[in-house]
Amino acid sequence: MTDIPANPSGKASRSLPGMGWGAKIGWIVLLAYTVYAASLLEITWTRFAAGLGHGARFLGRMFPPDFARWQLLLQDLAESVEIAILASAVGIVLALPFGLLAARNLMPDWVSWPARLAIAVCRSFHPVIVAILFVKAVGFGALAGILALIVASIGFAGKLFAEAIEEVSLKQVEAVRATGASFFNVITFSVLPQVLARFIGFSTYQLDSNLRNSTMVGIVGAGGIGGTLFAAFQRFDYDFVCAILIAIIVLIMLSEAVSARLRATFQ
Amino acid sequence: MTPNARLGSGDPSRSLVIRRLRKEYVKGHPVLRDVDLTIEGRGITAIIGPSGTGKSTLIRCINRLVEPTAGEILFMGQDIARLRGRALRMARRRIGMVFQEYNLVERLSVIENLLCGRLGYVNPVAAWLRKFPAADIAQAFDLLDAVGLGAFAHQRADALSGGQRQRVGIARALMQNPDLLLADEPTSSLDPRTSVEIMELIAALAGRMGIPVIVNIHQVDIARRFATRIVGMAGGGVVFDGPPQTLGDDRLKSIYGGEGWLAT
Amino acid sequence: MNGDQRAWERFTPRQRMARFVAYFGMVAAVAVSLRTIEFIPEFLYDAPTQMADLFRRMWPPDAKFYPTTVHGALVETLHIATLGTVMTVFLALPVGLLAATNITRSRTLNLFAHFILVSSRSVNTLVWALLFVAVFGPGALAGTVAIAFRSIGFVGKLFAEALEEAAPGPIEALMATGAPPASVFTKGYWPQVQPAFWSIMLFRWDINVRESAVLGLVGAGGVGMVLDDAMNLFRWQQVATVLLAIFAVVVAAEIAVNHIRKKII
Repeated sequence: MTDIPANPSGKASRSLPGMGWGAKIGWIVLLAYTVYAASLLEITWTRFAAGLGHGARFLGRMFPPDFARWQLLLQDLAESVEIAILASAVGIVLALPFGLLAARNLMPDWVSWPARLAIAVCRSFHPVIVAILFVKAVGFGALAGILALIVASIGFAGKLFAEAIEEVSLKQVEAVRATGASFFNVITFSVLPQVLARFIGFSTYQLDSNLRNSTMVGIVGAGGIGGTLFAAFQRFDYDFVCAILIAIIVLIMLSEAVSARLRATFQ
Repeated sequence: MTPNARLGSGDPSRSLVIRRLRKEYVKGHPVLRDVDLTIEGRGITAIIGPSGTGKSTLIRCINRLVEPTAGEILFMGQDIARLRGRALRMARRRIGMVFQEYNLVERLSVIENLLCGRLGYVNPVAAWLRKFPAADIAQAFDLLDAVGLGAFAHQRADALSGGQRQRVGIARALMQNPDLLLADEPTSSLDPRTSVEIMELIAALAGRMGIPVIVNIHQVDIARRFATRIVGMAGGGVVFDGPPQTLGDDRLKSIYGGEGWLAT
Repeated sequence: MNGDQRAWERFTPRQRMARFVAYFGMVAAVAVSLRTIEFIPEFLYDAPTQMADLFRRMWPPDAKFYPTTVHGALVETLHIATLGTVMTVFLALPVGLLAATNITRSRTLNLFAHFILVSSRSVNTLVWALLFVAVFGPGALAGTVAIAFRSIGFVGKLFAEALEEAAPGPIEALMATGAPPASVFTKGYWPQVQPAFWSIMLFRWDINVRESAVLGLVGAGGVGMVLDDAMNLFRWQQVATVLLAIFAVVVAAEIAVNHIRKKII
C-alpha cells in the first residue's frame, strides 16, 4: 500500500505474514466452488430475494408468540427432558466400557478394533435416522427417542472417552501395575484419576447434546416436543412455533447452566 | 567374565537368580545377551554401564514390565519369566519398584499414592471406595514420616518437588513390604545433592527392613558410595561383578569404553 | 504422634455434601423420569426381535438403487454441507467478533452476540430446516441456509474463545503504532487465530455432512429425501443402500478431516 518506511502499518504488512499466494488461490477456489455449487443446487439470487420477502411475512406471523397452550408446551418439554435424562444415564454408563475397550493403549487390537467399529457406527448415523429405525422397531413414542439417543451417546461420548484414555501417561499406569494391582485396581487408581475431570466434562456435554436432540426426535415420532413443533408447522401455527422455539432456547440455556454447576462440583 | 563376588549369605529365600536372560525388542538384535546373574538376598547391588546397554531392560524384566524373550528369573521358588495373570500379580506384590521419573499418579494425594502400594491386596470395590485396612493407613503414615513428608499427606502429588516425589515413590514401593526392591535410575532426574539424599534414604530404609536392593544408576561415585556390590554392564552383558573397592579405573574403562571422560 | 492427623478422608465435608447433592439429584432425575415417562415395557422387550426383523428385511442392500438415485442425492448432500459451511464463514466471523470480550468492549453487544450464538445452537438443524422450508420452499436452498444458521453458534462460540485466548503482546504493539482497528484485526488477531478458525470450520464441516443427510426428511434436499421416500414405501433394501452410502461418506469425511487437521496443527 505504501513505500514510505516510516509508515508503521505499511511496515506491519510486510513483517507479519500477510496474504500469500497460497491463501489467495485458496480464496479464489472457494469462491469458484461457491458459484459452481450454488448453480448446481439451483440457488439463485431471485429465489433468495423472494425468500427474504416470505421471511418477513413469516416473521410477522411468528410474533407475538402464542403461549395460550402452555400446558401442552410444558408437558412436551418435560417429556423431552425425561428422554434426555434417561438416554444420558444409560448412554454414558454404556459409553464407559465401550470407550475403555476402544482405547488402543490399554487393549489388544482384537478388542479395540471391534469396539472402535461399534463406536464409529453409532456416531455415523444422525440421531434422527436412528430414531426412525427405532420408531419402526418399537413404535411411536418416547422409547424410540430414548433408544436413539442412547446410540448417539455411545457414539459420541464413547469416542471422547477412548481418546482421553489414549492420552493418559503410561508411566503412572506402569507404576501401579508394578505393585501387583489387579486390572480393575490399575484402572481405578491410575487411569481414572487422570481422565475423571475430562470424563465429567464430556458427560455433561453429552447431556446437553442429548437434550438438544430430544427436542427434535419428535419430528419423526420418537417423543418429546418435536412432534408438537412439527404439527404446529404443518398447521401454519407460526405463533405457537415461535413459543415452542423460545421455550426450547430457554431450556437449553438452563441446562447449560446446570452442566456448568455439575462440572464445578466434580472438578 | 568376572566371577561373582560372595557377600555373605543374606536371606536365602530372597535371593534372585537370573539365567540366560535374553531380550530382543527387534528380532535378531538382542539388548540383553543371555545374562547370568545371582543376587543374594541382602545389600545393595548397583548396576552401572553406558546408556542403552540394557540396564533398564534387565531391571524391568525382573518384574515383567518388559517381557523377556528367553531365560529364567528365579525368585522365591518361582520362575517369574513364566508367570501369567494372577500368579504374576502375586509375584509383583513381592517386588517394589522405584522409577526414574517417579511415576506418581499426579492427580492423587500423596497418601493415596502410598496406598497404591497395597493395591495388590485390596479388592476392586474397596479400592474404588478407598476403604483400605486401618493397618495399611497407619503404615502409610509411618512411612511418610520415615521419608520426611509427614506434613504432605493430603497434598496432590503434582504439587511436590522432584526430590519430594521420589521420596513418595520410595515410600510407595516400601508399602508393599517387598522382598526385593528395584530402582530404575532413581536419581537421574535429580540434582547431585538430592541424588545423594535419595540414595541415603533407600539404603537406610531397605537396610532397616532387610530388603535387598537392585539399583541401576548413572553416577559411578554414588554407586561406589552406597553399593555393596557393583555389576558393570556393556553391550547387553555383564562385564564386571564385584565389591566397589575392586572397581578401578581400568575396569571403568572396559565398562564405558575410552578414558577421556575419567579426567572430569 | 498426633492421632487426629492420621485420619484420612478423601474429601472435605463440604465437598462430600456437594457430591451427595449432585448424586442425589442425578438419581432423583432418573427415577422421576422413569416413573413419569410413558412407555410400554413390552415394546422394549420386543425391540431386539423387531430390530432383527428390520435388518433381515434390509438384507441384501439394493445395489442397483445406488447409481440411479442415491449417488446424485448424496452429491447434493455434500454440496449442501459444504456450501452451508462456506456461508457460515461469513456469518460466524462477525458474531464471533462481537462475542469476544477483548475485541468488542461493549457488554450489551457481547450479550447480544451470545444470545445469537445460544439461539443458533439450541435450535436443531432439522428445526432450522423446517423454518427455512417455510421461507424458501422445499429444496436445497432451505437446507443450505439451515446448515449455515445451525453452524453459527458452534463456530462463533469457539472462534470467540480462540480470539479471547490470543496473546495480547503483538496486538498491543500494533495499537501502539496507531494502526486502525481493521488492520489490528487482520495483522494482530487473524494470524494468531487463523489455524484455530480453519480447524473449527473443518470440524464443523464434518458434523454438517452428518446433519445434511437428514435434511431431506423435512423436504430440505439431499439424500434424506431418498431415504424418506424409500421408508414410506417400505422398500427396506433401498433403505439399506442409502444407510450404507451415508455411513461410507460420513466415515470418509471424518478420516479426511482428521488427516487435514493433523497437517494444519
